[in-house]
Amino acid sequence: MAVISYREALRAAMREELKRDDKVVIMGEEVAQFNGAYKVTEGLLKEFGPKRIVDTPISEAGFIGLGIGASMLGIRPVMELMFWSFSYVAFDQIVNNAGNIRYMSGGLINCPIVIRGPANGGTNVGATHSHTPEAILASHPGIKVVCPATPYDAKGLLKAAIRDNDPVYVMENTILYNDKGEVPDEDYIVPLGVADVKRIGTDLTIVAHGRAVITSLKAAEILEKEHGVSVEVVDLRSIRPLDEETILASVRKTHRALLVEENKPFCGVDAQVAYLIQSKAFDELDAPIHRVSSIDAPQIYCKRMEDQQMPSVDRVVAEALKVLA
Amino acid sequence: MAKPAVLTHPESLKRPAGPSEYAKDPVNASMSKAEKIALYTKMARIRHFEQRCIRIYQQGKIGGFLHLYVGQEAVAAGTISLLGKNDHIITGYRDHGHGLMVGMGMNECMAELTGRVTGCSQGKGGSMHYFAPDKNYWGGHGIVGGQAPLGTGLAYAVKYMGLKGSCFVYMGDGAVNQGAVHEAYNLASLWDLPVIFVVENNGYSMGTSQERSTAHPGCLAKRAEGYNMAWDVINGHDVYEVRAKTALALKRAHEESKPTVLEIFTYRYFGHSMADPDKTYRDKEEIKEYRDKKDPVLAYEQELLREKVLTAELSLQINEAAMAEADKAAIFADESPDPTVADITKHIYWEEDNRGPKTTSRGTIIFE
Repeated sequence: MAVISYREALRAAMREELKRDDKVVIMGEEVAQFNGAYKVTEGLLKEFGPKRIVDTPISEAGFIGLGIGASMLGIRPVMELMFWSFSYVAFDQIVNNAGNIRYMSGGLINCPIVIRGPANGGTNVGATHSHTPEAILASHPGIKVVCPATPYDAKGLLKAAIRDNDPVYVMENTILYNDKGEVPDEDYIVPLGVADVKRIGTDLTIVAHGRAVITSLKAAEILEKEHGVSVEVVDLRSIRPLDEETILASVRKTHRALLVEENKPFCGVDAQVAYLIQSKAFDELDAPIHRVSSIDAPQIYCKRMEDQQMPSVDRVVAEALKVLA
Repeated sequence: MAKPAVLTHPESLKRPAGPSEYAKDPVNASMSKAEKIALYTKMARIRHFEQRCIRIYQQGKIGGFLHLYVGQEAVAAGTISLLGKNDHIITGYRDHGHGLMVGMGMNECMAELTGRVTGCSQGKGGSMHYFAPDKNYWGGHGIVGGQAPLGTGLAYAVKYMGLKGSCFVYMGDGAVNQGAVHEAYNLASLWDLPVIFVVENNGYSMGTSQERSTAHPGCLAKRAEGYNMAWDVINGHDVYEVRAKTALALKRAHEESKPTVLEIFTYRYFGHSMADPDKTYRDKEEIKEYRDKKDPVLAYEQELLREKVLTAELSLQINEAAMAEADKAAIFADESPDPTVADITKHIYWEEDNRGPKTTSRGTIIFE
């Protein structure tokens, strides 16, 4: 077991899968010679060479479509988006092609692609670079979406994604890249569709994904120390497929739910989770489901205000107390 | 008469079809009699299949869109007749001709149009989404130009695996202004990929002529120069010319792993799709001119009659057989069952369709 960063965990996942399967190719802007805009792919070009680690021009629709086309013949491209915000220029390829080709061919074809990159706000880069599109993408049958919050989950989910024979989109977070955590040395995956109870508790269930998990864990500490409340934190890890059972089991135990997400409110991931809980565990609830999303506006530039716009620890604590009132 | 559709049609298109200047080209002269008859037969089959679809559409049995290939047969026939083991094809939604050329059956193609479970996509794709991966045919795509990066990727995969092959990316004259096409051009050229971009220029993107949609005054293929790619223009009514010039592009792909843009001038007799009333953007005289004097199927029949490869009786037999085959396919399509409600949620994910000891994901993936 080693303690490594989220960034190193992602890199290790790619290294191991590049070694394991010679059809795996890493592609994206600045991934090779520049060592990655966020240094996630650092050292891979030196180790694997330019056939396996490919610098692309700035043409997301072009290179992502190229990766999808190549995957139909068995290549397994792992394509980096410098920001998931850049996915919108490739939306047709990502959704219409990767997501639909299997279905439209009546099951004759599959597209084993991975698209990975940061999908987060909180970095002071403004509205066009701060998107968290997991909900939009997960709304399309044909697509899979995962969202790791820790180094262990980052490595395990990325390896599972690369081995998965369907399109898997990995939502990372630049702010989490430096977070450290224990990661096994031996080969392992985190299966898609399995949530993780990151903190066991009895009074309130917080469901979160991505960096909101880390925020919720901090809020849970405060709620315990300062308010004597025992909070359970469920980390979704996988958006589509979704581990409904773990969410429901937790709600059945605590009878109160607070959903926390970086998404903006309208049809954020938690809108789906809220429907699920009230649909399948209505009688278990002692209070309405509450939710902390990002404040509903394009991502503001001013840093102090952006920190308020995001689901901050203070806002999570305050909303938790409302659910428990 | 309105201005002609395409201002940059080659000289050869301005006169009626006559003996092909490309009959003696080695790629054509080396064809056996049987191969020539087979090529003509395939063109005739496309013609009759497409025409049989019209009646089914008018009976209300084909929903959605139906984009007919009638008039363009020599483009698919000429290019696809050159394909080898590692040559792949991908196209837009005017895809029936390409499907029949790679060897898809009339039954499965017709049944797909009527949404039957016996269709080539089990009723899940429709007219715009024919696929036959076992025949190197990767669709059948509905978004104009969206197939260009995909096809560039297929060529990338062929090269990655160290194979001598190519990918033909077919698109219409309207597609060349889509961003995705330009990105694909750049990648194909930058990375030396064995792509052959085939622009099937029939003069109109739906109802908008080339003159009204493209700023470049020259032919559409010339823009390949901006991407440092080779290009050529071809009279698409002469299947021998299509073969001869495409063979050069194929050689460039196989031996140099370099792309080419081929602009093949062709024409469609029917509207953009069956939903197009075809009343506002071109003259009936223009359509008649092509039908009567520049029809690619008739032209090849004439060519083979001259070469004494075909006789009038054999040609009649071939055409009648094709019509009969199309009629039988129509009956097959009519009598086949639909997919079921349970079928709606199948074939979405490979991992779900292939659950077993190797699939690891859990959880809910189809929601209610």
